[in-house]
Amino acid sequence: MPKITYIDSSGKERQVEGKNGMTVMETAIKHNIPGIDADCGGACACATCHVYVDEAFTAKVGKPSAMEQSMLDFAENVKENSRLSCQIKIRDDLDGLKVTTPESQH
Amino acid sequence: MSGAPQRIAIIGAGQAGGQAAYSLRQAGFEGAITLVGDEPAPPYQRPPLSKAYLKGELEAERLFLKPLEYYPEHNIDLITGNAAKKIDLASRQIEMASGPSIAWDKLVIATGARPRKLPVPGADLEGVLELRTLSDVDKLKWSAVKGARMVVVGAGYIGLEAAAVGAQLGLHVTILEAMPQVLSRVAGPEIGVFYTRTHREAGTDVRLGAKLEGFEGQGHVSGVRLAGGEVIPCDVVLVGVGVLPNLELALEAGLTCGNGIVVNAQGQTSHPDVYAAGDVAWRPLVHYGRDGRLESVHNAIEGGKIAAASMLGGPGPALEVPWFWSDQFDLKLQTAGLWTGADAQVIRGDAQSRAFAVFYLKEGRVIAVDAVNSAPEYVVGRKLVAAKAAVAPAELADKSISMKDIGARAAS
Repeated sequence: MPKITYIDSSGKERQVEGKNGMTVMETAIKHNIPGIDADCGGACACATCHVYVDEAFTAKVGKPSAMEQSMLDFAENVKENSRLSCQIKIRDDLDGLKVTTPESQH
Repeated sequence: MSGAPQRIAIIGAGQAGGQAAYSLRQAGFEGAITLVGDEPAPPYQRPPLSKAYLKGELEAERLFLKPLEYYPEHNIDLITGNAAKKIDLASRQIEMASGPSIAWDKLVIATGARPRKLPVPGADLEGVLELRTLSDVDKLKWSAVKGARMVVVGAGYIGLEAAAVGAQLGLHVTILEAMPQVLSRVAGPEIGVFYTRTHREAGTDVRLGAKLEGFEGQGHVSGVRLAGGEVIPCDVVLVGVGVLPNLELALEAGLTCGNGIVVNAQGQTSHPDVYAAGDVAWRPLVHYGRDGRLESVHNAIEGGKIAAASMLGGPGPALEVPWFWSDQFDLKLQTAGLWTGADAQVIRGDAQSRAFAVFYLKEGRVIAVDAVNSAPEYVVGRKLVAAKAAVAPAELADKSISMKDIGARAAS
């Protein structure tokens, strides 16, 4: 079970066990992680599950698709390591992944 | 929080009702919250029902808006599988189908909508199904097996999405649409033509302007009869001809209703302590200067947030342009705004490439956009709609000008 750590904008860390195949967004919802709204439920339609991927994992997690990149234009304070967490599927090699949630999703 | 309500009841445990409860707790409300739903499941996402869930790609639990533990942990009394029967405004109570009444100081009605029934013979035969709830889809899944013959009545989002899944699962699908075009209630003709072609290419028999006379069968549906006498043999029928707002409780309580429970910008009904949100609410559409009823995730979430904020006397959410999406085959249709009233349409891109967008303009200003596999058009379009931006049609149609540039020019 890969472990995923969510860090909120104040720096508080929450580590949970993820399940392969589920997304980083779904895992957050399942564990009541604050800071991820996920209005559209993972359809890549709303950009309210924006996270910053920890530098150590950006290469493994990969770049957003063209669709996701466009949706990210909706989010605020987008950075080089921004991703929509509904588009990151958990896999074994993402064990230890850390993502930070932004101050606001809207 | 002096003067804040102590007991808030929410009728309807869907996306709007759930959101109202979540937003109340998020804002620090410490009083009692009772969330009542007549379905057995906790609040869940409906959009995947006609998409990934029907296809069998997700288990029900993955649709839940919050895990089950959320409710006790946040002291939300979630009552499922029990229907509200009556709202008593004088004594501020909800009578329930079973169990004790629920007392409230403020009330949110988020009773949603129900599928419209077809007033034709045989509509109550077994195998004539609808698609609104988890249990509806579970029934449909039993019949939607490879090789089965499915007739979809109504080519709106639900019907087309289910038809797409059916074709992908190897069913023989026929779509019957009474209007001359598919998606005619929600999108412009270009989009309709494109989706008709897409479904036909997938092997589906799409019949436009179809006149349905009734369903045939002994106990279980075996065919759909059209005007003129043709009978289309089938194993299952999915009827998706729109929804009706669940107004009965509000009407009986004497709240002002039209084609929805009438609310103001604060989500308040004609009774100052009663709010309505989601599919059932007839609300101001601020971007369009009129009132209306929306059936969408965006509207449910926004309505829930508005009601929660109003009850606590806090500021409401920033109001978004209505947005929608539909997944069919490998196509993502993203819509921003409402196209009704458009006096011009501009096509950007080529439908043959399966990535294009249609912008709808009224008096030179962008009022809506339908984008197929075209996220930049959707994203920038949404901003153009929100700004009621005036953009030259020739510019919108010119793919050599990026959407980013179009957005930047409109903003300057």
